[in-house]
Amino acid sequence: MTLYAFYFLSFLAVLSALMVVFSRNPIYSVLYLVITFVCVGCHYLLLSAEFLFAVHMIVYAGAIMVLFLYVIMLLNLNKEDEAHKSNYLRFAAVISAGLLMMVVVAALRGAEASQVDFSTVSNIGKVKVLGNLLFNEFLLPFEIVSILLLAAMVGAVMLAKTHMKRTAEPTHKKNGRASVANQNITTNIKELTK
Amino acid sequence: MSEVLTFKLILVFAVFGITLLVAMYSTYLERKVAAFIQDRVGPDRAGPFGLLQPLADGVKMFMKEEIIPNVSNKTLFIIGPCIAMLTAIMAGVVIPWGGTLEINGTQYNLQIADLNIGILYIFAVVSFGVYGIMVGGWASNNKFSLLGAIRASAQMISYELAMGLSIIALIMITGTLSLSEISSMQGGGIGDQWNLWNIVYQPVGFMIFIICAFAECNRMPFDLPETETELVGGYHTEYSSMKLGFYLFAEYINMFTSSAVMSTLYFGGYNFPFMNDLGLAPNVVTILGTVALFLKIGFFIFFFMWVRWTLPRFRYDQLMNLGWKVLIPLAILNVAITGLVMILTQ
Repeated sequence: MTLYAFYFLSFLAVLSALMVVFSRNPIYSVLYLVITFVCVGCHYLLLSAEFLFAVHMIVYAGAIMVLFLYVIMLLNLNKEDEAHKSNYLRFAAVISAGLLMMVVVAALRGAEASQVDFSTVSNIGKVKVLGNLLFNEFLLPFEIVSILLLAAMVGAVMLAKTHMKRTAEPTHKKNGRASVANQNITTNIKELTK
Repeated sequence: MSEVLTFKLILVFAVFGITLLVAMYSTYLERKVAAFIQDRVGPDRAGPFGLLQPLADGVKMFMKEEIIPNVSNKTLFIIGPCIAMLTAIMAGVVIPWGGTLEINGTQYNLQIADLNIGILYIFAVVSFGVYGIMVGGWASNNKFSLLGAIRASAQMISYELAMGLSIIALIMITGTLSLSEISSMQGGGIGDQWNLWNIVYQPVGFMIFIICAFAECNRMPFDLPETETELVGGYHTEYSSMKLGFYLFAEYINMFTSSAVMSTLYFGGYNFPFMNDLGLAPNVVTILGTVALFLKIGFFIFFFMWVRWTLPRFRYDQLMNLGWKVLIPLAILNVAITGLVMILTQ
């Protein structure tokens, strides 16, 4: 039963991953990527890592892909206004992708199939086990990662803020909120059309 | 084993049917509540007290002409409402609809799947719900639909954060993510063990949660994705017939599930006061508990409607300010205070 589920999910994951690359419409690509993420998440479930499954679904399939979709919908990429890439670029892309694949294959070939102790695997993904590990054994890396994320967040806010100041501040006192909003929109449009 | 499996299968169909039935009669109730608040009679033509009105509405929806715009993306146009409906129904799986029934010595749990990450599963399903709106709104190839879809996604992502943070304080108190454990922790009667409902410990968390639930369900006062005054019909402007029906239905199902989640997390779930002191058989208590849960859900659905016909709609910048500048800091403060109190009382 589990084996069949694994084969089915793997097939679906690989198929939709290929469709991400091959579909012409970027919206379809994003939706296929969502399906890929769901399939990978279900693999976690098969490994009884329920917490990882839920977090994967919420963060990747739920939040990040919605933002992807958001941006692509706003840009409204069509076949007509897709920038033509020169053959030179395509050639470079193929070579770098091939090199990456070589690295991955080499890494996988050298790896030994590690033996998994199935007596402990059933509760390894449980929230309590994971929480104990994170807050005892891996406390320092965990805290460092959280500080890194916080720094990234503050950085993003600061980037947005300087942009707002530069465009909005001078007119703010003269004309009030409406003109500020207008100016913001015009600068956004200018940046998009660049 | 197979008996339990058959029971689960029956339960799946029962939950599915009851969800649809409740959603159907929510539309009737909505119109009746609106009529009551505006001092009107409301629908009263079909059947006694207009009770057959939902059926009439359903037949009307199915019989309407189905229009798919020429310029739309046809596949995604059809998939949109399907995703909305699918994700709306999925959340009912982890909600404990009652305690355990004992028939012929076998224990039957009135919960389809007791995941130990129940709350997170619900969050995952909720975060998927936005795809239905976004895909449908984009595929319509209409500016108003696209604007509605974009508003919906921004609103849902923003309020999911506050919702998740408001839950963290609750999880800190209960120490579990499983909905069935959270439910059973709130049980008890005067005689043996007396447990209070979580609302007593987490009033602020509940306030944040219910506000976010309104935003996640796109209900008034946060129904910005379908503002009639600005966006014609929002994301479902181009939809007609049962596809529109699916979107509207999904909203009512979301309302039902979020009411069920709120009752389970904060209002004791299937527990009711003095349940262990009545001296009734366990099976009777279980059935009464399920009735109690549905009464609580009914109250929350009524509350959703009450608010809809009482408060006017927010402006979009007000909505964003409320989400990011009020609810999220308040939720973080709530987590901090809860942690402090827990350390001090231990």
